[in-house]
Amino acid sequence: MRLVVPIKQVPETTAVRMDETTGTMVRDGVDAIVNPLDLYAVEAALRLREAAPDGTIEVVALSMGPPRAEVALREVLAMGADRAVLLTDRAFAGADTWSTANVLAAAVRRLWPVDLILCGERATDGDTGQVGPGLAAFLGLPVLTYVSRLALQPPAQCRVERLVETGRERLEADLPAVVTVVKELAEPRLPTLRGKQRARRAEVAVWTAADLGLPAEDLGLKGSPTRVERIFRPRLGRTCERLTIRDSADLEAAADRVVAVLNARGLL
Amino acid sequence: MPPASMAPVWVLAEPADGRPARVSYELIARGRALATALSAPLWAVLPGPSLPDEALQSLIAAGADGVLALEHEALAPFTVEPWAACLAAQVRERQPQILLAAATSTGRTVMPYLAVLLRTGLTADCTDLAIDPATGDLLQTRPAIGGHILATIRTPRHRPQMATVRPHATPLPVPDPHRQGTLERLRPGEDLLRSRVRHLEHIPSTESRALQDAEVVVGVGRGIRKADNLGLARALAESLDAALGASRDVVDRGWLDYPHQVGLSGKTVSPRLYVAVGLSGSVQHLAGMQTSETILAINNDPEAQILKVADLAIVGDLFEVLPVLTARLQQARRGRGGDGDHGGQGNQGGPAA
Ligand SMILES: Cc1cc2nc3c(=O)[nH]c(=O)nc-3n(C[C@H](O)[C@H](O)[C@H](O)COP(=O)(O)OP(=O)(O)OC[C@H]3O[C@@H](n4cnc5c(N)ncnc54)[C@H](O)[C@@H]3O)c2cc1C
Ligand SMILES: Nc1ncnc2c1ncn2[C@@H]1O[C@H](COP(=O)(O)O)[C@@H](O)[C@H]1O
Repeated sequence: MRLVVPIKQVPETTAVRMDETTGTMVRDGVDAIVNPLDLYAVEAALRLREAAPDGTIEVVALSMGPPRAEVALREVLAMGADRAVLLTDRAFAGADTWSTANVLAAAVRRLWPVDLILCGERATDGDTGQVGPGLAAFLGLPVLTYVSRLALQPPAQCRVERLVETGRERLEADLPAVVTVVKELAEPRLPTLRGKQRARRAEVAVWTAADLGLPAEDLGLKGSPTRVERIFRPRLGRTCERLTIRDSADLEAAADRVVAVLNARGLL
Repeated sequence: MPPASMAPVWVLAEPADGRPARVSYELIARGRALATALSAPLWAVLPGPSLPDEALQSLIAAGADGVLALEHEALAPFTVEPWAACLAAQVRERQPQILLAAATSTGRTVMPYLAVLLRTGLTADCTDLAIDPATGDLLQTRPAIGGHILATIRTPRHRPQMATVRPHATPLPVPDPHRQGTLERLRPGEDLLRSRVRHLEHIPSTESRALQDAEVVVGVGRGIRKADNLGLARALAESLDAALGASRDVVDRGWLDYPHQVGLSGKTVSPRLYVAVGLSGSVQHLAGMQTSETILAINNDPEAQILKVADLAIVGDLFEVLPVLTARLQQARRGRGGDGDHGGQGNQGGPAA
């Protein structure tokens, strides 16, 4: 059985700063990390492998990104993935979620037969959660999102629990399928020293647009149906009305004021 | 095919307990503004079980010109393949120029799947939608990088232009029971209903995603000092029909469980009202809540970061403030005699719905 985990390298958002004068993002010196939510998908795949008889499940990590995304793949190899494929090509640059899913789908087809594809819930930079379901659509597979529990059901099914607004759902799906996982699923393991050594020596396969045989007009910015037209800073400091409490009269007045404001905004 | 400007604007309604879910009406409010700007008709499309006329009519009263109900037992509960196949078939036939859905667990799953089937673009979690008067294109504005920036996105060449909108981010439209519109019921063909996913069981609970979809969230920080004091925050939350959120410090100390954590390493929420109680407003916490429509902070430190993003702040001791504020809010609500919701048990917001 083959499990594929698409992972994305993202800037460490806690370190992202805004240039106050230009309103642009300061990316210099910002570390790139594996999208934290993808680590849960990696962990889920490793646990499925461990629960199966030795040598029956292979876990392949897959990433589309610039050449330095190889570092992210090595981190996932250090956690225990069996092999890694980097999809990198100038033609991929500027891809939106449609175009990203298209490239990942072509790579999954090249890895076929594949039984299960495990994505993170969303990437912390783009923050859309659209690539997983999009990938499933390109591959013509069912998708299960917000999965908080996952078990294989031999010979060719899986059972999941997924989180929805009203509670949890239990579902069964035929394999192959795509799942996107949430944090509740399992705490990701840290790489072991041996894992790190192995990852350093491991080969990361590199595939380009030519290897995937996709038409050039579908790739990168050119192939993306959406266009970012403008980037700007949100209204940062809202004008804050302060109600300072010095005595109980202040307190009564503040409570009245809060009720009045919430009422005026239709919030009560 | 109708001329581009007259092509309809569609919103994807979702069923909940025998009626359209509350988010459906929020989408109609959004869609109405766009359809009016384009002089185009607004349709609500509702896949699911067959609903009574009165339930569909409520979508027209809310502002739709037409309702297209795609009715089949196989469409409830939601699974992605039949929903996407039925919607794709209707979109291909009727060529809407815009399709909006709520960023619910259903909308976030079916919309990206559908966008690929239709080979068009999709913008997630839009906070602002407008029509560009020059081109008639949909301008889709959304937060990115944890709310650090806003991006305006356009889908210039592909149709329909697809976007999702956070639930509870739009005030409900005022219904007009006299509004006229078209009701159309359609039973999709069996060929569209194939699903390789089988629904086994639904386990109701309020905690799973309720926080993310609540209209009001009370976020508790370390200022609450110990778990025993949480009753104060809970009472405030109850007076506002709010879900309870927390900072990481509160969760790390075990005062509330992880599902309550708001922020970078917790949940992202965008309620209409966020009340930050004894919470400093670290960058990581702000990343999970700063797109809230209104922010009220209660903090005894006039320099606290949270005041920089708040609309309203009570600078004082929360242990004095909360009891008084809670009592006053209870009183105000009682005075109004319950809330004027759209009647149904909108299922999208746990305790707040
Ligand atoms: C990688 C990373 C990820 C993180 N992810 C998250 C995350 O997802 N969510 C998150 O919340 N944090 C996160 N953090 C932690 C974050 O940096 C802060 O430590 C945390 O948010 C602070 O929580 P707090 O506001 O409750 O506590 P504090 O910062 O201690 O603030 C307490 C506030 O309460 C006020 N106060 C105290 N007593 C009273 C009183 N009697 N009346 C009124 N006000 C009072 C104080 O003035 C102060 O402003 C993360 C950190 C890192 C490094
Ligand atoms: N460039 C990429 N390479 C590999 N996987 C990706 C990439 N972008 C997104 N993904 C996967 O899709 C998920 C959702 O990403 P997004 O839709 O961008 O929020 C991520 O958690 C990853 O599992």
